[in-house]
Amino acid sequence: MSAAILTHEKFVTDAPAPASAPVAAVKAEPVDLPPPVRRHTPLVERYQEEIAEFLRHAIPIAFGMVLFVVAWALVAKGSALPGPVKTWHSAVQVFGDPFYRKGPNDQGIGWNILNSLGRVGIGFGLAALIGIPLGFMIGRFRFLAGMTSPIVSLLRPVSPLAWLPIGLLVFKAANPAAIWVIFISSIWPMIINTAAGVREVPQDYLNVAKVLNLSEWKVFTRILFPAVLPFMLTGIRLAIGVAWLVIVAAEMLTGGVGIGFWVWDEWNNLNVEHIIIAIFTVGIVGFLLEQALMLLARRFEYR
Amino acid sequence: MEKFVSVEQANMSFKTKHGSFIALKDVNVSIREGEFVTLIGHSGCGKSTLLNMVAGLLQPSSGVLLCAGREIAGPGPDRGVVFQNHSLLPWLTCAENVYLAVERVFGATESKAQLKARTLKALELVQLSHAADKRPNEISGGMKQRVGIARALSMEPKVLLLDEPFGALDALTRAHLQDELLKIVTKTGSTVLMVTHDVDEAVLLSDRIVMMTNGPAATVGDIVEVNLARPRERLALVKDNRYHELRGRVLEFLYQKQLRPAA
Repeated sequence: MSAAILTHEKFVTDAPAPASAPVAAVKAEPVDLPPPVRRHTPLVERYQEEIAEFLRHAIPIAFGMVLFVVAWALVAKGSALPGPVKTWHSAVQVFGDPFYRKGPNDQGIGWNILNSLGRVGIGFGLAALIGIPLGFMIGRFRFLAGMTSPIVSLLRPVSPLAWLPIGLLVFKAANPAAIWVIFISSIWPMIINTAAGVREVPQDYLNVAKVLNLSEWKVFTRILFPAVLPFMLTGIRLAIGVAWLVIVAAEMLTGGVGIGFWVWDEWNNLNVEHIIIAIFTVGIVGFLLEQALMLLARRFEYR
Repeated sequence: MEKFVSVEQANMSFKTKHGSFIALKDVNVSIREGEFVTLIGHSGCGKSTLLNMVAGLLQPSSGVLLCAGREIAGPGPDRGVVFQNHSLLPWLTCAENVYLAVERVFGATESKAQLKARTLKALELVQLSHAADKRPNEISGGMKQRVGIARALSMEPKVLLLDEPFGALDALTRAHLQDELLKIVTKTGSTVLMVTHDVDEAVLLSDRIVMMTNGPAATVGDIVEVNLARPRERLALVKDNRYHELRGRVLEFLYQKQLRPAA
C-alpha cells in the first residue's frame, strides 16, 4: 500500500545542538554563496550517458523477450501449439483489418477490444461513482465503518464470476450481467483504499483545519480530497486491473462481441493462433491501462 | 496586571490502557496583552499539552482557560498556531497555504484582491515574497517554518501560539529565525505564547519564562521575569551579565531542581 505517499519528507533532522554551543555568537545574516558553477559537458558525452542508461534497461528486456520466444518455439515444436512465426503471420492478418463486420459473431479484433473496453468502462465507472464516495464516508464515520466492514470482508473474497448468475437473473440479459460482474469486482479495491486513505490523513493536516476553523467543504476540497487522492488512485489502479482480468472470463460465459468471447469462439473454431493473439492483446491492453493510471498517479504525488 | 490570556486551575488527564494519566495539575498562567511568554521544561512535561489547550485543540479536564475575557471553547482564528512540523499542505503553494487562513478570517468582508494583498503582506513580513508560488517541498525547513508563521500572523490573531517552532531546525537557521521573530513581534506587537526547550531562545525572546516541573502531574514550577530592555540584540546580550544570570536561573531550574534521569 502506498501509505508512504503522504508521509512527510523530513528535510532537517532534529539533531540537538550541544548545550554549550555559543549560539549567541553566530551572526544571523544569511551568507551569500557564489552561484554554483554549472558544468558544461560536451554533447557527445551527455548522449553517451543516456545511451548507456538506455542500454542498461533495454538489454535485459531484449534478452528476456528472445529467451521467451525461443522457449515458446521449442515447446511448439512437435506439439499442437502454433509457434511464434505462425502466430506472427496470423497476427499481421488479424491486425491488418481490425474493423471488419461479417455478422454478429464475426467481427474484427478492433471491435472486440473496443466492446470489452466499453463494458469495463461502464462497470468500472459505476463502481467508482459509488465506491469512492462510499469509501470516503466509511473512512470518515466510524459507525458506518463498523456497519459495512463485515459485509465487505464477506463479499470481497468471492470470485467475480460467482456474481454472474445473479446478474443474469436480475437483468435478464447477457451484456448488463457482464457489466455487473465488472462493477462488483472492481468496487471493493476502491472502497477499501479510499477508506484507508481517509483514515490515514495526517493528524497535522486535520489540526490545521481545526485551528483555521475551516468549513466542512474547505476541509474536503483543500485537505481530505488531495490527501486521499493518491490512495484513491491506488484503489482505481487495482480495480482496473481486476476489471480487465475478469472481463475475459465474463465474456466467455455471456457471449456477444468482445475479446473474451473471441477467445472462446476461436477455440470452437480450433484457431489456436488467434487464441494466442488474444492472450497477448489482453496483456498489452491491461499493461497500457495500468501504465496510464500510474502516469496519472505520479502527477499527484506531493513529495 | 491585566490578564489577556489566562489559565486558571487547569487540570488535564488522559485515559490510557492503565487507567487515567494526569498530565497537568493545577496550572495557572496568565499573559498580558503584548507580552511574550515562553513555556519551558523537559520533554514530556506537558508544555505542548498546555499550548494545545490554549489553542483549543484539547479541552481541560477541569479548570478554565480564557482569551480576551472569553472562555476558550475550541480552536478559533483569534489564536494563530504555528506547529513544530510546519504543517503546510504539500499540494498548495506557500501563498495558497497562507491564503487558506486569510480567506477563512477575512473572506466574508473583503474582496479577493484585498485577500491576496493580505497574503502577500504576510509573506513579505517573513521575507518570503519570492517563494510565494513554490510548493512546501521546494523550500528549506526554515522557510517552511516561516510560511507557518506567516500563515498564523495573516489571520491577525489576538494571540500567537508557537509550539517549538524552531525545534526541528539546525542551530544557525534557528538563530536566524529567532531574530526574525523578534523583529516581527516588535513590529506587530503580538501577544505570544511559545513552547520551547531551548534556554537561550527563551531568554532572548520572552518577557517571562514559565518553567514547568516534570510530569506526570506537571505544573508551573517557577516564573522568571526577563527584564532585559528591548529591542534586544543577540550579540550585545552575550556581554550582558543580567542575560547570563537569567540564563543561569533557568538552567538551574531545569538541571538541578528538575533533573530527570537520562532517558
